[in-house]
Amino acid sequence: MEPFQMIGKDVPRNDARAKATGTAAYADDLKLPGMLHGRILRSPLAHARILHIDTSRAEALTGVRCVITGQDIPQVKYGNWRLFPDTQDEYALAVDKVRFIGDEVAAVAAVDKDTAQEALELIDVEYEELPGLFDVESAMAGDAVPIHDHCRNNTSVNRKIAYGDVEKGFAESDYVREDTFRVHAVSHAYLEPCSALAQLDLDGRITLWTSTQVPYIVQCLLASTLEMRENDVRVIKPYVGGGFGGKMELRTWEFCAAFMAKRTGRPVKFTLNREEEFLAGRRRHPMTIHSKVGFKKDGALVAKDLKITLDGGAYNAMGPTATFLCGNFGAMLYRYPNYAFYGRHVYTNKPPASAMRGFGAPQSLYASEIQMNMAAEALGIDPVDIRLKNAQKSGDKIPDVATISSCGFTESIQEVARMSDWKKKRASLGPGRGIGIGCYSFISGGVFNWFNTQYPFSAAEVRAFSDGTVHLLTMASDIGQGSDTALKQILAEELGLRMEDIRITSADTAMTPQADLGSWGSRVTLMAGNAVVDAARKIKERLFGALSARYNLNVIYEMECREGRVQPKGRPDRGMSFGEAVAMVQKASRGEPLVARGSYTPRDKGLVTPAFGFGAQVAEVEVDRQTGLVEVKKMWTAHDCGTVINPKGVEGQLAGSIQMGLGYALSEQFVMEEGRTLNTNFLDYKMPTALDMPPGEVVHVETYEPEGPMGAKECGEGLASPTAPAISDAVYHATGYRCKDLPITPEKILEGMNAGGKKKS
Amino acid sequence: MKQLLTLRVNGITHELSIDPWRTLNEVLRDELNLTGTKLGCGSGDCGACTVLVDGRSVSSCLTLAASVDGKEIATVEGLAPSGEQLHPVQESFVENGAIQCGFCTAGMEMSAVYLLGRNNAPDEEQIRAGLSGNLCRCTGYNQIVEAVAAAAEKMKPS
Repeated sequence: MEPFQMIGKDVPRNDARAKATGTAAYADDLKLPGMLHGRILRSPLAHARILHIDTSRAEALTGVRCVITGQDIPQVKYGNWRLFPDTQDEYALAVDKVRFIGDEVAAVAAVDKDTAQEALELIDVEYEELPGLFDVESAMAGDAVPIHDHCRNNTSVNRKIAYGDVEKGFAESDYVREDTFRVHAVSHAYLEPCSALAQLDLDGRITLWTSTQVPYIVQCLLASTLEMRENDVRVIKPYVGGGFGGKMELRTWEFCAAFMAKRTGRPVKFTLNREEEFLAGRRRHPMTIHSKVGFKKDGALVAKDLKITLDGGAYNAMGPTATFLCGNFGAMLYRYPNYAFYGRHVYTNKPPASAMRGFGAPQSLYASEIQMNMAAEALGIDPVDIRLKNAQKSGDKIPDVATISSCGFTESIQEVARMSDWKKKRASLGPGRGIGIGCYSFISGGVFNWFNTQYPFSAAEVRAFSDGTVHLLTMASDIGQGSDTALKQILAEELGLRMEDIRITSADTAMTPQADLGSWGSRVTLMAGNAVVDAARKIKERLFGALSARYNLNVIYEMECREGRVQPKGRPDRGMSFGEAVAMVQKASRGEPLVARGSYTPRDKGLVTPAFGFGAQVAEVEVDRQTGLVEVKKMWTAHDCGTVINPKGVEGQLAGSIQMGLGYALSEQFVMEEGRTLNTNFLDYKMPTALDMPPGEVVHVETYEPEGPMGAKECGEGLASPTAPAISDAVYHATGYRCKDLPITPEKILEGMNAGGKKKS
Repeated sequence: MKQLLTLRVNGITHELSIDPWRTLNEVLRDELNLTGTKLGCGSGDCGACTVLVDGRSVSSCLTLAASVDGKEIATVEGLAPSGEQLHPVQESFVENGAIQCGFCTAGMEMSAVYLLGRNNAPDEEQIRAGLSGNLCRCTGYNQIVEAVAAAAEKMKPS
């Protein structure tokens, strides 16, 4: 294969300069003449019937322009699982009941923020309190009050996977173990609080600028909740300050901004504050994971029976997908000849959990990875060796889940063991020191079309100009991960252009081609990247045709776009500049501009994903045996994301994942009391700082993914999974404390050590 | 009752009449349209709103505008006044992959400028300590730390 020109290069981000100078505008930076400021009234109760709302005092306050409640809006439920309308369980504002502390009850738009805030205090709501259900056990109990009337046992989603025969598998196993793991909720903690600005267009339609990962989903669901047509709503994604799964649904403030803009005729902006983000924001699903697993004496896996209960909080949000995926991930990484999964998504009176970086994988894989280490110890096998014995390989088929195409998992385990000097350290680290391993696999976008889109999964339009430039239009959403830059690199590679030859417009539903399902599930590089390649190839065909005609070339000639020129391969003298070739195409079609559309929808790729990323990580820790404090000394990572498009971008994703994994393992948690989130600021919600980050080493195990653009697949989301199990295993190695309920706190470590954890001397 | 105050922001004098409870962050963003300075938490925990007041780094969300009457304020918009040549800190952030979503960037850069103003050759630990009041959820900080080290190199008096 020929070496790439643009792929694999450390090209600086497309938007780095705008962000470095402070000129990049995020939703809350936008202002329009006459703009009103919105605020939301939230429920102080976890579960209650709304008897009466009196907004008259708020409406009378000078400066207030609009007050709305659930009674004022079209009573249309929404949710991302449009394919199954029963799962759509949310109103923009509570209609009959409130279901968690922070649930949205009413909204005010006023001439300034202070007036809007003051008006909230003048809204009188009369509630009839109902019993609150704060854990899945009480929510599933026979006598529990239904949180949603349509859902009697509070279990909103059931998902089963089964292949082989697990009972037979256990009977044939030499060693069977059964464990229960509990994993907790954490916050996305994106730095930019959610913000949305809506304007009523002159023709009565809506334009919404919003901090979102999914402009197309917001467009469709906003249209349905406003009872407008899809194309009457235009969604523009400005710069977005991170999402991590927390900005991938239609949200109340987006609806309220649009609805109130229609009512008042004035632009309306809502910006959340950090307290609201922590109090009522989406979060990662807490799960209870029962896992029974059987092995042969030599460490070969025979069977796994996995039962997961997701604490979904008050609404489904992205819970159905998380339920689906944690079962799929339970079957990943290793060869399970017999596998069964039963997942249940349960409503509780807590803020809704939803998608968060890894989307069910960090929870499911935490259990798998820790249990693998426990089994390895019992069987007297090194944790690295037991993984190598069972590792999935290219060509493996997982019924109901996938066929694995490219797979650098074995190489990742070998590399990370080599880099970290695993065997030696595992045998010889001194007291209080430990080393541990965690592995992952992740999807490159989902296949199952729960949103029921009528369009391709991703699309791209390329416009070519005779001045040698092109314009790429796509609805794929850069939310900070760098997809605009990666897509430009892919296009530059395909067309033989430089980054500065390409202009990009991303994510304006009225301007960019329909459609794209957004940024989640690590889908953009593969899916939008393929759409870009498709469009670029159509442009190339036209250019090659013009060149062929110009030089009367034999039809068998291979042609190429390279270094700004279009030419027959090996005959650069019979070529012309990219711009000249574009001009020739235009001349031949009497001035018609040269434009091509490309798209991508996965075909014949099972129900889960077209391609999996893989990797392994080793953590070394030092635990203070007096205080139980854990210091992570170093992290080694080896991973397979296919072709690396932008190494610095990939390393940035990796380091960001480690920061999040470190918090998940050791410091981040929501402190809850009767459904109320008590730690609603960054002082009490402990996110790792620059001082907490360990040094690291990384190896990209490059494979070539046949389904991906230039061989690329997912990167950055899968890496959210291995850090917590690697640290947890290292803590066990250092102290003998085995964590089966995250997070790992100093108290738990000390208690575990005192309870007779193995003492290393 | 509105209060009159004079702020010198990035070398330009502004005479303002504001409510006495307005924070410096609100005045910069809402009155002066200097939206490069962000608001990430409003309680001085995240550092996204960091600016310099008379050369000292402060959280603009916790600083009442009235309390900095007559003082010199430096924001991200003042780092590269011409718009052509970036400040070495900005340049290094661009070159070293220190920017992802960009929401923490202005605050990070101002903390870096403050740090490098007091210590022109910080070691890695000093850089990490200097940035420890600024939260980032995207980068894992490492490329930001590298960028600040690269900027120190660029700014070293020759």
